[in-house]
Amino acid sequence: MTIAKPDPAGQELRRRLADQERALAALQDEVRAWRAAAAGLPVRADVSFAGVSGREVEPAYTPFDLSDGSQAAAGLPGAYPYLRGIHPTMYRGRLWTMRQFAGFGTARDTNERYKFLLARGQTGLSVAFDFPTLMGYDSDHPRSEGEVGKCGVAISSLADMQELFDGIPLDQVSTSMTINGPAAMLFCFYVAAAERQGVDIAKLQGTIQNDMLKEYMAQHAWIFPVEPALKVIVDLFEWASAHTPKWNTISISGYHIREAGATAAQELAFTLANGFCYVEHGVARGLDVDSFAPRLSFFWDVHNDFFEEIAKMRAARRIWARTMRDKYGAKNPRSWQMRFHCQTAGVSLTAQQPHNNIVRVAYQALAAVLGGTQSLHTNALDETLALPTEESVRIALRTQQILAYETGVPNVADPLGGSYYVESLTEGLEREAAGLFAEIEAQGGVVAAIETGWFQRQIADSASRFQREVEQHRQVIVGLNEFIEDDEPPVEILKVGENAEREQRASMAALRSARDGVAVDAALERLRAAAAEGRNVVPPMLEATRAMATLYEIRHVLETVYGTYREPVFF
Amino acid sequence: MSRKTAIRPIRVLVAKPGLDGHDRGAKVVAAALRDAGMEVIYTGLHQTPEMIATAAVQEDVDVVGLSILSGAHMTLFPRVRKLLDESGRPDILVTGGGIIPTEDMDELARQGIGKLFGPGTPTGDLIAYIQEWAVEKRQD
Amino acid sequence: MLPDAMIADLRARKTPAIARAISMVENGRPGFEEILSAIHPTLGRARRIGITGPPGAGKSTLTERLVQLLRARGLTVAVVAVDPTSPFTGGALLGDRIRMESVALDPGVFIRSMATRGSLGGLATTTREVCDVLDGGGFDRVIIETVGVGQSELDVARTADTTVLVLVPESGDGIQTLKSGIMEIGDLFVVNKADRPGADRLRQEIEVTLGIRAGNAFRHMPAHHGPTTGRTKAAADGAPVGWKPPVLATVASSGQGVAELADAIDRHDQHLTGTGELALRRRQRLYERTREVVERDTRQWVWHETRADAAIQERMDDVAAGRVSPYEVAAEILEELKQGSRL
Repeated sequence: MTIAKPDPAGQELRRRLADQERALAALQDEVRAWRAAAAGLPVRADVSFAGVSGREVEPAYTPFDLSDGSQAAAGLPGAYPYLRGIHPTMYRGRLWTMRQFAGFGTARDTNERYKFLLARGQTGLSVAFDFPTLMGYDSDHPRSEGEVGKCGVAISSLADMQELFDGIPLDQVSTSMTINGPAAMLFCFYVAAAERQGVDIAKLQGTIQNDMLKEYMAQHAWIFPVEPALKVIVDLFEWASAHTPKWNTISISGYHIREAGATAAQELAFTLANGFCYVEHGVARGLDVDSFAPRLSFFWDVHNDFFEEIAKMRAARRIWARTMRDKYGAKNPRSWQMRFHCQTAGVSLTAQQPHNNIVRVAYQALAAVLGGTQSLHTNALDETLALPTEESVRIALRTQQILAYETGVPNVADPLGGSYYVESLTEGLEREAAGLFAEIEAQGGVVAAIETGWFQRQIADSASRFQREVEQHRQVIVGLNEFIEDDEPPVEILKVGENAEREQRASMAALRSARDGVAVDAALERLRAAAAEGRNVVPPMLEATRAMATLYEIRHVLETVYGTYREPVFF
Repeated sequence: MSRKTAIRPIRVLVAKPGLDGHDRGAKVVAAALRDAGMEVIYTGLHQTPEMIATAAVQEDVDVVGLSILSGAHMTLFPRVRKLLDESGRPDILVTGGGIIPTEDMDELARQGIGKLFGPGTPTGDLIAYIQEWAVEKRQD
Repeated sequence: MLPDAMIADLRARKTPAIARAISMVENGRPGFEEILSAIHPTLGRARRIGITGPPGAGKSTLTERLVQLLRARGLTVAVVAVDPTSPFTGGALLGDRIRMESVALDPGVFIRSMATRGSLGGLATTTREVCDVLDGGGFDRVIIETVGVGQSELDVARTADTTVLVLVPESGDGIQTLKSGIMEIGDLFVVNKADRPGADRLRQEIEVTLGIRAGNAFRHMPAHHGPTTGRTKAAADGAPVGWKPPVLATVASSGQGVAELADAIDRHDQHLTGTGELALRRRQRLYERTREVVERDTRQWVWHETRADAAIQERMDDVAAGRVSPYEVAAEILEELKQGSRL
């Protein structure tokens, strides 16, 4: 036995550890007793204690619900693995971008709405396109009939894009464009519109959604089959990294997967799997992962299950950081940091008693901010009924402003870090995601599982389960299946007339007769050749755009090379 | 069981006209109708009225159910109705659902469209409506 | 619609009439036999092509491509897509039209989805009758597409003049598929998604299996139904009659290999016609059909137009108590019926 020198600090530490151990052991006994007592207490039998995702939760959480070392593994805000946020001080440095998704009618109509929003303190633009544009059809295409300008703005050429941003300097705003199948086309329109404003395109800031994998899984605005669609996406990664370095080339979206009925864990895992699939395709092209990964961004749905949503965003950040660093060998910390946009869950809104939606949206917005989002769209109360009115959009924006300036919530980064419940949920979701990654792998990977309809079936099954629970009143939705009002006064809704279609038809006809048809044909032929030869299609597409080729002309010429996607049959 | 005494299942065409990709409602309905013993022909997304009417005639369905969330209901429902009438099938019921304001529902009813169901309607309501219609109106 | 009016419209090839006649046949509605009799003299124009294979083999996409090609060659085409009925609810979800969207609006194309309806053994007969209506409706080609799992679907595939068996590299273990007995129905073999890994191996496996069958295994195969079997890939003495099933490679999604498939179907057709086997097969099928109709009508007559069922009910106490056996009761009833009594 050696006689140690007195070590007061060491003794102190040992004494404290022993104290802690005793306290923990005592707590463990208490937890056991509490659990036994809780098991015998009456609970409300008419409702489920599983949230929207069907996860059963405990009546309370304790340190014993956390895995060993979880507190150390959580790290700090702004530090790897970014569980607690990607900036050290989060919203103290800069608030999230308040970005309201908007678009309807013609480019001129929407341009006015943008100016309205910018004048009221919105900090970023977000373009909602109409369905014909989302599918790559011109406003005067027969398939566009009845839909032009209805659920978004109609953009069929560079001329429309110029009008959309008339009087809005493109080097001074950041613009998000929700566009996928024809993402490359609309991006080219945007770049060319900036050129015509005399703006240096290297200064362009914003995001195109450009996430085709989730289109096949959930949102269904597809054009080409999966592999050529992925090829065009990687073309954009490559071109943008050289020419528009501040532009986010993709927004890998869980939103639509969730809206289609997925659970939070499915949204998390499927979206991340898609992200990794894009990374793999970029790397397979020969791109350095750090050349494009910093411009990959994400987009989450924020549903009603408050804590689960926060945990989902935290888990997503940690999985992304670890996988990018350890599996894909990214060295730039920006490649590890998951930046994301959030939108409150459209599917959670009710057509019944629509003013209740204001409250739903406020809670969801709070969850998004507690989850550490970089930008946020808050839904307007009337969005299940029609496009939002100016009044309802204003309330939605004010909801964010109240959260940002009145509640004190943004003052502290990751305020729920260390909560037994939230940390346990975060770890639980990470485990569930790992299980789903293994299942996707067993299906042969993301592309194979899309083609067999595996993802679609998983999502549909979850949707049916939720629908059943609502119909059985196991899930209560206020105003829908409980607390119903018999006589509801109708709310005022925005009606978009047919004039957008008429105006667009007229302007398309004018465009077609005014442009140099020979130059258009030649540019389209160069685009076709590039596609057929497997070259990057962005430069010739930009050329065709400048020559005033229309959206559908570009779609069509690529379709002759790539073919058309057909959905798998499943239910 | 002899073929001659078999009760003919109700045949329903479920289609998603228009360019939006929101087929969650259509699929939930299609599965619910199947579970209620109906034969459901599902035609998928992005269908034009011509495609829907052609399929309805070839498949000899009793009912066409359309799910429309794109705001184009005032164009699409009447077009399908008209094409079916022109094909000599005014007897096929055209029904469906989506985000459709009440005054539009009333106007569509005047144009020969069946009952339309708004968001959040239990699938049971639609099933009951189709079954009652079949008992009352189906010719054989 | 009255059968006479329907027959006239059918002859005039009016789509709504064809569609409604199919429903009458499918549901056994009164008058359906009149319709089938009326069109009988006109039958035989259409070539019937069966396309079958495991789920996920890309049958519908291949069918769509084949339809496109046949249309380009000036032929009209009808497609009957058969999918299973849920055994629990009696309902069905039929989604094959999704895959045939590009030809859906072509007036020279008619697509019909059919549910199996769990009819015991009746499905094949009904499918043949539906194909008759389409033949009578003037289509040059009738394609019958079914999932090749389960006996009744295989029976359906067998109603065709030419049966195409579609397999894919990833549809589970190729060899297992081949062993499961569906090899025997293929006049043509297609390895679809041939651009995927494993396609060449699958092709080789099929060829080896076919070689074995042509060599010795097939000689010991029992014939299918009775002495002049309809499935005469071998003549009555068991020797091959000169049709060696080709193994083709396609990529349905891009259309690659589909022209070769259409050509092979034509060659098989010429082979059947040239050797007289087509007439033989069709004669055999009409013989089977007549038997099936007699069986069906007999059953119908016994249970619905005689007191046979009531007679059984009356003897049930005795049967249950063991005083008389089901066999004795059946024999009594049959004897009475033979004597001309309707009991």
